[in-house]
Amino acid sequence: MKIKTSSAERHVLAVTVDNEAGILSKITGLFSARGYNIESLTVADISADHALSRITIVTLGPPSVIDQIIAQLDRLVPVHSVVDLTDNMHHVEREIALIKVAGTGDKRIEALRLADVFRAKVVDTTLSSFVFEITGASEKVDRFIALMRECGLIDVARTGVVAMARGN
Amino acid sequence: MVTSFAHAQAHPATAARAPKHILGTAIVRAALCDDTLGTLAIEGGGVISGASAAAGAGAVDAARGEMSGAEIILQALLDLGVDTIFGYPGGAVLPIYDALFNHPQIRHVLVRHEQAATHAAEGYARSTGKPGVVLVTSGPGATNAVTGITDALMDSIPMIVLSGQVATHLIGTDAFQECDTIGITRHCTKHNFLVLDPSRLGPVVHEAFHIATHGRPGPVLIDIPKDVQVATGEYIVPETIAHQSYRPQVTPDADALVTAAQMIASARQPIFYTGGGVINAGSAASAALRHLVELTGAPVTSTLMGLGAFPASDDKWLGMLGMHGTYEANYAMNRADLIIAVGARFDDRVTGRLDAFAPDAKKIHIDIDRSSINKSVPVDLAIVGDATAALTGIIAAWEAEGLHAQPLDEWWRRIEGWRSVQCLDFVQDDAADAEIMPQTAIRSLYAATRGRNPIITTEVGQHQMWAAQHFGFDDPNRWLTSGGLGTMGYGFPAAVGAQFAHPDDLVICIAGEASVQMNIQEMATAAQYRLPVKLFILNNEWMGMVRQWQELTYESRYSNSYSSSLPDFVKLADAYGWTGIRIDALGELDAAVQRMIETPGPVIVDCRVVKAANCFPMIPSGASHVDMILGSSDVSGTMDDEAKALV
Repeated sequence: MKIKTSSAERHVLAVTVDNEAGILSKITGLFSARGYNIESLTVADISADHALSRITIVTLGPPSVIDQIIAQLDRLVPVHSVVDLTDNMHHVEREIALIKVAGTGDKRIEALRLADVFRAKVVDTTLSSFVFEITGASEKVDRFIALMRECGLIDVARTGVVAMARGN
Repeated sequence: MVTSFAHAQAHPATAARAPKHILGTAIVRAALCDDTLGTLAIEGGGVISGASAAAGAGAVDAARGEMSGAEIILQALLDLGVDTIFGYPGGAVLPIYDALFNHPQIRHVLVRHEQAATHAAEGYARSTGKPGVVLVTSGPGATNAVTGITDALMDSIPMIVLSGQVATHLIGTDAFQECDTIGITRHCTKHNFLVLDPSRLGPVVHEAFHIATHGRPGPVLIDIPKDVQVATGEYIVPETIAHQSYRPQVTPDADALVTAAQMIASARQPIFYTGGGVINAGSAASAALRHLVELTGAPVTSTLMGLGAFPASDDKWLGMLGMHGTYEANYAMNRADLIIAVGARFDDRVTGRLDAFAPDAKKIHIDIDRSSINKSVPVDLAIVGDATAALTGIIAAWEAEGLHAQPLDEWWRRIEGWRSVQCLDFVQDDAADAEIMPQTAIRSLYAATRGRNPIITTEVGQHQMWAAQHFGFDDPNRWLTSGGLGTMGYGFPAAVGAQFAHPDDLVICIAGEASVQMNIQEMATAAQYRLPVKLFILNNEWMGMVRQWQELTYESRYSNSYSSSLPDFVKLADAYGWTGIRIDALGELDAAVQRMIETPGPVIVDCRVVKAANCFPMIPSGASHVDMILGSSDVSGTMDDEAKALV
């Protein structure tokens, strides 16, 4: 007997929760306990009184599983709302990455030239390194990082996706 | 868990004085604990009076002034109508236990193991509809409670667990009897709280009760560090609990109810499939179900958890469905053109092989938990809401639209055909010295007790299924069993809890000789409180359901399923001050059952039954409703790996 797997779609969920101790563990624990995937997860508080946090989760699963994930999240006591931004909804996704490149000579010049093409900002520099800040969709960040590998990439930090529905 | 605080921390001189003091306390406590059933006046009715502050903010109970955290907890419990707590003391809850000393309105039941406290609270809750309350200490007290908390989550039982925690400044230091109770219980509670300020205790206790009892019920744990129990604060009574984020949908969509009524009216092979949600929704839901069945003329089957919501004595009752359900219930589900699921969750024990489940049926699913809908079986009409509201709403729509059911004569004719298989029949040698078939024992118990409307609890295994098949339930809240988690060791403490809630009722735990040993220490609890619980053991000297699966799947390789070195249950009864009765042969059965019923106080019955008997009908792993095994002659002894991999 072999273990079977099924095909999956990518969905971006925006989950508004009470900003209380253990909430992140509750959310991630639900995903691990029920065997759901987390591709990326970002969290920060979003209200003036710091009472609410928004968690953006990128997950993979067949439609029936995505529906279950939303229902399971929605019934947690500290969860205020769950919105599937991918579901019939136009939305924007952004990610920030900090990318450190070390090198001299042609590689250093090429890194700076590519950063300009990608509209990445230099946020730190020494005579032998740069730290670039790049903002954009995940694919753009992926491509920039892939190019930087050829230019002396030594460190990457990414936020994961944040997303919002278009229009009002 | 009794701590060794004195040894670890006290000055030798203090420790030497301690026993005298403790002894003096123990005498008074013993007098309180020996109180017999039914003598305690219950104060507080769940209505909070005198709270007059602005809505939402809550009212400070100024009359009482500042109180210790422990006092606030008990006052909140009293205000919420709590009369009974099941618990076990220990170092981190000593302040609450000390406060209990001055609150005789709350009866504390001293169990012998924290797991039993949780199951007793479940028994109390399931038989009353009120939340069960548990009090345990930190560390092992809390971890021992985890099985019962998970059981309550799986079976949607309202429960409040108060757990002690080490003092705030010790949290995270691997202190004595410290564990991460909040972390451990995060995924087996409906919600949990760590309270760090005594003034938060009032709102949190009230909110915990609200969460445990609203929407789909479940267990809520409140972890209280010892210093928070000692420190003082204000008792704030929230005026109304308008929870910011937890607002379960209880009112069903009106249009969906009309659609449901129309679907039922046009069905030619309808069937009601009901579950524990109907029991949880209260007796009004059972009454509405009966009314709707009468209006529509459709047959009814139920899950293990739903037994009693519809009377077993009614002609329209087909018996339980699923793995050990009846032939007629499973065939009717398979051939139905409309299934009306009410408070049931299409569990794997119910559906069998999913791709062969009710292939021609449209499905209406009424459930208070949206995540139960489309979880394993896609449905045609989803109604999220309370079962009472949904059923009465469908009745109202039925009457308002002037609907009439299709003629169901042909459907009933087919059902009668399946009924005529007499799937629950078994062969009983009727000689007086014959061995007793387990089914015979259950039927004897049913015949002797049905007039008293007993509360029946079970452990988990073959005896549980035989009880579900052969004992008839005509009312809700009289059948208490561990369905979702399948916890051996549930039934006996659940009977203890139910007996506290119903001191004058006949409470019987139907057990197996293996299951009962998982919480058998509670015989002391029953003895202490002089509870008249009856423990009826079907003793076949095997973990019968494990052995049955080994016969079905593993060519009868009986790996570790024999109940070796059993105690003499009659002598055990004697040791605990119970009455013990042993039954060996058919000729003794009825008289012994009668003697059990008539004996005051707790009774253990060791009923020896046919060892080889197995539980049928059975849908084997990976099979559909129409592939039932009706008897042992259908057993092949092995299965393919796909079937073996299913639980």
